[in-house]
Amino acid sequence: MAARMLASAFVREGKSVASFPMYGFERRGAPVVAFTRVDEKPIREKTQIYNPDCLIVIDPGLLTLPTLFTGLKLESVFILNSPKKMVEQPDKNLKIGGVVNATQIAVDEIGRDIPNTCLLGAFAAATGWLKLQSILDCLPDYLSGDILERNIKSAGRGFREVEVTKW
Amino acid sequence: MVIKHKNIFKTESAWSNADEVLLCLDTGSWRTERPVLDKEKCNYCGLCALYCPPQCMKDMGDHYEADLAYCKGCGICATECPRKAFAMVPEGEFVDG
Amino acid sequence: MAKAQKGQTRVITGNAVGAYGAMLCRPEVVAAYPITPQSELAEQLAQFVSNGVLDAEYVEVEGENSAMNVALAASVAGARAFTATSSYGLVFMYDALQEASGFRTPVVMVNANRETPGIHAVSSGQQDMISARDTGWVQIIVENDQEILDQIIIAFRLAEDYNIQLPVMVNYDGFYLSYLAEAVEIPNIEDVDAFLAPLKKQPGRQKLVPGVSIGCGTHGMEMGYVEARYKHCQALERAKNKVDEIDKAFGDYFGRYYHGQIEEYRTDDADIIIVASGSATGTVRTVIDTKREAGIKVGLVKLRLFRPFPAERLIKALKGKKAIGVIDRSLCFGWKYGPICMELRALSPEIGPTPILSYIDGLANLDITVPHIGRVIDEVGAAAQGKPYQEVTWIPMEE
Repeated sequence: MAARMLASAFVREGKSVASFPMYGFERRGAPVVAFTRVDEKPIREKTQIYNPDCLIVIDPGLLTLPTLFTGLKLESVFILNSPKKMVEQPDKNLKIGGVVNATQIAVDEIGRDIPNTCLLGAFAAATGWLKLQSILDCLPDYLSGDILERNIKSAGRGFREVEVTKW
Repeated sequence: MVIKHKNIFKTESAWSNADEVLLCLDTGSWRTERPVLDKEKCNYCGLCALYCPPQCMKDMGDHYEADLAYCKGCGICATECPRKAFAMVPEGEFVDG
Repeated sequence: MAKAQKGQTRVITGNAVGAYGAMLCRPEVVAAYPITPQSELAEQLAQFVSNGVLDAEYVEVEGENSAMNVALAASVAGARAFTATSSYGLVFMYDALQEASGFRTPVVMVNANRETPGIHAVSSGQQDMISARDTGWVQIIVENDQEILDQIIIAFRLAEDYNIQLPVMVNYDGFYLSYLAEAVEIPNIEDVDAFLAPLKKQPGRQKLVPGVSIGCGTHGMEMGYVEARYKHCQALERAKNKVDEIDKAFGDYFGRYYHGQIEEYRTDDADIIIVASGSATGTVRTVIDTKREAGIKVGLVKLRLFRPFPAERLIKALKGKKAIGVIDRSLCFGWKYGPICMELRALSPEIGPTPILSYIDGLANLDITVPHIGRVIDEVGAAAQGKPYQEVTWIPMEE
């Protein structure tokens, strides 16, 4: 869902986007990887992404994965949901790191551990590739009512509270 | 290819008139015995008509009779009849001469 | 014919797009059973019906076999029917698929390609479509989300054409397209109505009439069977040009052209051709552009119509080329080549003594990557220069 919201936000800014998840059995809690491509021109490639410019990790437990940073492009960006600070450069290819306790913010604002919209706000702030307003403008396509308002707050806090480090 | 066959079906898909040329088999000729009804025993319950596989039981108003054009002589009507009103009689009995 | 208005742009997944495509064509009966990777489509259609957006009879079936039986029966009764499935579901409705085409019902079905049973797989692959090759359906393969929507509209116009009367299957890669969120233009329903309106002007096809003793496709005996099958095969032959015709009419009206049975990309001056289908085609285009910049004269033939096999247009596109590489996302059991390659090889007498190389890749959610395609182009290029080449390559097995 977060990857789709990201796609919508980029489309609002006039970019072309293609975004899809990869997972096996359809069940709640299954591990998911989502790939999003953004470009000025229409996107034709339909493959998984092996050399990302940006990696967003929603579950901090994944930091123990040895292949997590494999293939990262030089000067890429890393956005992490974690209660801890980013002490050292996790990988030599990274130029920018953004960490935010999205789980806590989500629990505060939404009442549940759904950190996705918070991380989108953090992504916008750390990379500068997207305006926060574009994200907020596309949320009504996916949510409504009270839950929409809460996610808007969560995204805004992610934008403001992300701690960005440049290496 | 020179086609000599004259079309059987008038439509693109294989539709036919069920009353005339619906491609159905002359299953009546498969029979070796036929159900004969004892009308005294029949109470017109309709179970024979319900169970008949080719659905060829004719409603005669106060009893049912097999349509001999299609009756295959399977004997299910005789088995299912609660009054045992049907007797399965060999076809030979009905051939003249 | 005037042009359609610009539609609404939305960022939605391939499955949702499929549901929109179906909804816009106003089917009267929908019977779809959810299955990964198509579930969202069945759910979205059910949502449309319950919201009143789609006025249709949504039949909740207990399995895909029933789904196809409901669709074909509704079609025989004269209704516009739609269903959707994938892999196991497609295989479960195997007998009904053949009845649907044998009865010449214009059912439209969407198939989200996924690997078939045998090795339990919940992953993308074209094996399900291949396993249904001989069911007598028209089969179209699409490259992106917009094409899913557009081809569903075209499918109804093709299926219900009086001179065709065949069921049409629109195939799109599960996972790669079914879950892919892209910006898609959703046409206005009035414009879709206008595009399908010519169907109303043709003579009506035969259908069941209450109280009238008629039957369809019962008991094929001798020449009745032969005649019905002959007509079926002739209709499939006619479908080829009809696909080109309707595709062009669609482009003229909506502004999006797909070029019919096949699309040729940079093939005019190409020495070598890559033949591909489905979502991988997009990736192939990107690699071809890169190779062209390096001076390699390579082109793409995108296979859009799989059944009937576009023999004539393929021969025209491939004749005289120096070498051909075919990327198959499935297997042809009993032949060493991939299935599309095997079928293409049947045209060898007309294409000429051109090396045709078979590549099997992209099974079970393993990507057909940019490096893979680069390698294919290099090897086909070498074959074109008379260098030795490998006839069949299973790319994943070589890694």
